[in-house]
Amino acid sequence: MFPTPIQKAGATTRMLYYIALPVSVVFWLLPLFAVALTSLRSIEDLNRGNFWGWPTKIEFVTNYTAVFTQSPMGQFILNSVIITLPAVAGALALSCMAGYALAKYPFAGNTFVFSVFIAGNFVPFQILMIPVRSLMIDVIPIYDTYWALIIFHIAFQTGFCTLFMRNFIKQLPDALIESGRLEGLGELTIFWHIILPLVRPAIAALAVLVFTFIWNDYFWSLVLVQSDDVRPVTAGLQSLKGMWLASWQLISAGSIVAALPPVAVFFLMQKHFISGLTLGATKG
Amino acid sequence: MRSLEATKSSAAAWRFHVEDTWWRRHQMALTPFILLAPAAIVFSIFVIWPIFSSISLSLHDWDGIKPPRFVGLDNYRELAGDHVFWTAIRNNVAWLVCFMLAPVFGLAVALFLNQNVIGIRFVKSMFFFPFVISQVVVGLVFSWFLNAQFGLLTTILASFHLPPLALLEDEHLATFAVIAAGLWPQSAYCMILYLTGLTAMNPEVIEAARMDGAKGWDLLWNIVLPQLRPATFIAIVVSVVGALRSFDLVAIMTLGGPYNSSSVLAYYMYEQTFLSFRYGYGAAIATVLFFLMDIYIAFFLWRMLKAERA
Repeated sequence: MFPTPIQKAGATTRMLYYIALPVSVVFWLLPLFAVALTSLRSIEDLNRGNFWGWPTKIEFVTNYTAVFTQSPMGQFILNSVIITLPAVAGALALSCMAGYALAKYPFAGNTFVFSVFIAGNFVPFQILMIPVRSLMIDVIPIYDTYWALIIFHIAFQTGFCTLFMRNFIKQLPDALIESGRLEGLGELTIFWHIILPLVRPAIAALAVLVFTFIWNDYFWSLVLVQSDDVRPVTAGLQSLKGMWLASWQLISAGSIVAALPPVAVFFLMQKHFISGLTLGATKG
Repeated sequence: MRSLEATKSSAAAWRFHVEDTWWRRHQMALTPFILLAPAAIVFSIFVIWPIFSSISLSLHDWDGIKPPRFVGLDNYRELAGDHVFWTAIRNNVAWLVCFMLAPVFGLAVALFLNQNVIGIRFVKSMFFFPFVISQVVVGLVFSWFLNAQFGLLTTILASFHLPPLALLEDEHLATFAVIAAGLWPQSAYCMILYLTGLTAMNPEVIEAARMDGAKGWDLLWNIVLPQLRPATFIAIVVSVVGALRSFDLVAIMTLGGPYNSSSVLAYYMYEQTFLSFRYGYGAAIATVLFFLMDIYIAFFLWRMLKAERA
């Protein structure tokens, strides 16, 4: 193990390490603690300039109620949910199929198609902005609806998910498929009944990861929708910043509310999240 | 596995009754294309086609309403003399260079946290936290942290009797303040990559090196880092992509200001398109960004396919 386990170090070093751990966490998350604390402040505190001290009065209920009653924050959160869940499901469905096709069928052009999916996934998405927006305004009239974001996210995330799925399925033994074929199973039956149950861990990892990617997206929320009825929480939060101006206690509370869902998903499914993120970090 | 057995036996029961249909004869050849089709179609429409469409649009003058007018390379000629464009390029380079610190910070934190002590899992998740939250929130938090009137930075400086630093209003420093905010989640990402790499490392190699008397920097540099190469590769790739894609933080923290001094290609492109209604010009900026990124895509693909053949 590297570095040397702290248990083997001297008593002083060990003591210092145990002190350094919590201190470093506090420093690392200092900006977030400040926001959390501010979301509890009263407006009087802020007017008096008490931005960084302990709040004189805890206004948890007042501030968080205000976020939901004085702004469309509830609607924004709902919009994000309505957009994110189907987009995650769609991207996963498409990439399971495409990943299997690319992993186990050596057809002509396989490597080329795979390369296109990988490359597309690194493209700076600004280059897609004008054509995708025009397409959704003029050709498929879904601009400023949930569908605009759902469909675009499915398409874009499919690149990353296919790369991931293909590499995962590639590791499954070919013998599984061969024995299915010998039994006379159809190709699609093999996919449905043999492959899909085996890729469940990959699906879990991708689902968590892609959920946070889509939930946290800001750029496309800005480009593909414009009304409050469909705007996701990231773009919504930024628009509220203009409305609330110096009401930092509300902006802070709003930020916390917007950040909570991905944080909750991360803590509940940490193992899957990290295995998705670190794919390839140990080999390749 | 029981369901698999069940499927197999039920299939075995009827396989002799199946007629030799056209589908059964051709399914081996057709299945990959059927499975690939939905992904390929949406990916082509919303990712591949728009790239070419943007490149072609960059040769046109378009306000988004009237029909586009072909102008050849005029947009690119104008870019060459546009000082904001060059500022944006310089800032993107600054992002790239500074973002190379993310793997370094990430490795440092990973080495610090790679211990088996009580509560270390919790500490690791806490360090990873900034990567999970949206960049919009990170941007809001940092712009407030750095606010010249009442930000924590000002408060800290004041306690040392120093004057406030208006980082985000400073033409020379604004970019670096935004980059600092970007480094926070990016380092967290790299840290996780390295922690996974450290866990997966072969402990025997380390022990053998220790037997030979290697320790400290020497051990890290000659034995540990070479084993962490896959993690380093991914960390650099994601940091490069993150640096070139940077948009959210600029849009939230400075809007490219003051006087466009903190703009980056991604933001300048957005600004020209939607605020100045110069779609063709915006497309030209995006095309430049795309070709810059292509260098890295080519490198990544080349490495990935090479590893596969080996």
